[in-house]
Amino acid sequence: MNLDYTTEELAFRDEVRAWIKQAYDPELKKLMSQSKNGYLDKAGQVKWQKKLAARGWAAPGWPVQYGGPDWTPTQRYIFQSETAAAGCPIVSPMGIAMVAYVIMEYGTEAQKQSFLPKILNTDECWCQGYSEPGSGSDLASLQMSAVRDGDHYVLNGSKIWTTHAQWADWIFCLVRTNREAKAQSGISFLLADMRTPGISIRPLPSLDGPIDGEQEVNQLFFENVCVPVENRIGEEGLGWTYAKYLLQFERGTAYGSLLRYLLAKIRHIAREQPAGNGGRLIDDPDFRRRYAELAVRVEAVDAAEMRFFSSVESGAAIGAMSSMFKLVGTELQQALSELAMEALGPDGLPFVQDSFAEVRGREAPVRPIPDHAAAVTPLYFNYRKTSIYAGTNEIQRNLLARHVLSSAGVRG
Amino acid sequence: MDFDYSVEQDLLRDTLASYLADHYDFEMRRAAVSTPAGWRPKVWADLAERLNLLGAPFPEEYGGLGGGAIENAIVMEELGKALVVEPYLGTVVIGGGLLRQAGGALAAEWLPRIIAGHAVLAFAAAERQARYSLGDIAATAAPAEGGYRLNGRKTGVAGGPWASQFLVTARSGPGISLLLVDAGARGLTRSDYPTIDGGRASDLSFDDVVVPAARLVGAEGAALPLVERIADEAICALCAEAVGGMRRMLADTVAYASQRKQFGVPLSTFQVLQHRMADMYTALEQSAALTLVATMKLDRPAAERALAASAAKVQIGNAAKFIGQSAVQIHGGMGVTEELSLGHYFRRATAIGAQFGNADFHLRRYADLSLADAA
Repeated sequence: MNLDYTTEELAFRDEVRAWIKQAYDPELKKLMSQSKNGYLDKAGQVKWQKKLAARGWAAPGWPVQYGGPDWTPTQRYIFQSETAAAGCPIVSPMGIAMVAYVIMEYGTEAQKQSFLPKILNTDECWCQGYSEPGSGSDLASLQMSAVRDGDHYVLNGSKIWTTHAQWADWIFCLVRTNREAKAQSGISFLLADMRTPGISIRPLPSLDGPIDGEQEVNQLFFENVCVPVENRIGEEGLGWTYAKYLLQFERGTAYGSLLRYLLAKIRHIAREQPAGNGGRLIDDPDFRRRYAELAVRVEAVDAAEMRFFSSVESGAAIGAMSSMFKLVGTELQQALSELAMEALGPDGLPFVQDSFAEVRGREAPVRPIPDHAAAVTPLYFNYRKTSIYAGTNEIQRNLLARHVLSSAGVRG
Repeated sequence: MDFDYSVEQDLLRDTLASYLADHYDFEMRRAAVSTPAGWRPKVWADLAERLNLLGAPFPEEYGGLGGGAIENAIVMEELGKALVVEPYLGTVVIGGGLLRQAGGALAAEWLPRIIAGHAVLAFAAAERQARYSLGDIAATAAPAEGGYRLNGRKTGVAGGPWASQFLVTARSGPGISLLLVDAGARGLTRSDYPTIDGGRASDLSFDDVVVPAARLVGAEGAALPLVERIADEAICALCAEAVGGMRRMLADTVAYASQRKQFGVPLSTFQVLQHRMADMYTALEQSAALTLVATMKLDRPAAERALAASAAKVQIGNAAKFIGQSAVQIHGGMGVTEELSLGHYFRRATAIGAQFGNADFHLRRYADLSLADAA
């Protein structure tokens, strides 16, 4: 038992650092410093992901045969830590970290060949069509219908909370192909071209206040949308199985390094901000206590993640631990964004809607906000999503409780 | 990076667990802690002779098993699961740890005695006015012929009534010295009392106690770094003990909630209780991992070591309180009786919270270390 990296791992860490130093260029950095949700605009996002792809590092979790880098769990942890510590953008997960795994496991050879290389190289962007206006946590109640008509399905219904649908070339959808079967078994998994006639997008601007075109979430309407049968994943009626398989990848991320980055951001803000007594906020006892309370909770998540990612665990434990990390990781994302905002005090109130204007040469805001204060309050509002998406934190507690109450859960 | 235990480490845990299952069930413990002695010297002798356990963290040159802090954590977690009162922390982790790090003739003489179970040590560092500050020491060790003249008072010395020797901190000139003092030394008086967790402690008074120069541990006036380090080692060991106790409290709560019926159904079917137990599990898993991380960082530079130990003590202090209080709540009326073992785990967890700095103390220490200008 030890915490040390091997010589090879240290060399790998240095390699990652060196690469970030040249690839994470001033334009991307400036965009990121103004980001309200961890994403850039589409051009920035594609630029960053193509740089990763060119280095062979776009898809750390993929098998080598599809273009993965063949890393050990520790290498993946190092890569994640280093990119987060440097404040790099999030890689958009819907293609690389979600649908790709389903295609690899259940897709046809033709589907693999047509989709995976373009996902890996961000030549095509994806969005996810799961939630519906009437089906949130109770996802299996989804109603969007897909009726077989010869060699295609006809889709009617609505999807909601669709991240970056306006950027997407493709959508992966859960649809109801059988109304007679029980809830879960009437569901199929389809891939639809976003340019198909009958799909329309309604932006849903979130509380961080995006400009039109950069909204994070949308509602989609499907009106007699024709999807070829060959775009179905696996068998008709087994969509729920494929969605559950995908879920483990959706929840498989480490939070510790992102949280440490947020802590560093808070320290930076507290050094810049006055305390109101002639001193700096960083010397204020109330601030220090709140900071330390959250930092210790981050240490605890990080320790549990290091242990988890470096050990081989049984299947049941993976599910429970993923729920646990989602729960505590998102609670801390929210608490840290809250402390960052409150550390700004009155400087948290000026609002810039078009936060990328300056970088993109559009009309700049009247009162430019210094980088340390930019987008902090919008991020607080944006992060309210984290305890709601990917299975609400209440659902995660249900799942955890099921594990705790099972014989495998707790041993004295 | 590797969080897996070795085969030897698994064996150490299993051997101890199986001994405790046979010789340290809750009723045996209850009987032992209510005797005048308050402990079982026979158990101590077994740990030394039958299990060879007291040598777990010491180098082989002293007769030890060649382990270290991880071995201490393994032992302490098992002791925590069985609510063991016998003084592994004071004797092996702290006493033996201080002597091993000081090295020299004292280590060569005393470590084999500790390993054999013949020397039982207690750490006499805390003073009434100091609260949790290790450097706030009023006791003095003045130079005297052939050694030192020790004067002052120490309080809350865990395992004091059972100790054959005390490790005493005292001011000598501008610095702090550490002395190994016989329990029977002339001028040393002891006042013993029970503690809330079933243990025993003592207040000590030193009146012109003469200590030979050969009993000086480390260099004269330079013991504070040694004491600070051993306090972090003790914190990690206590955190491991607390993890053992928390595991039992959660397991007992899950078992109780699954079997106890109200409104015609088991308590475990109520979502409000399910969520509480999920949060208990979350607190426990993070505590266990952070304890291991802090333990593995004990050999890192002092500031990094201290930061990790303080983080662990805060996390475990908060988690033990939350898990203990929740366990009592879910057990309902039975949770507040002395009949169930649960309440006794809760008491021990509470006591650990107040040993070597509570959560508030360590939050401040953590803030000071992590918000320094260089951080």
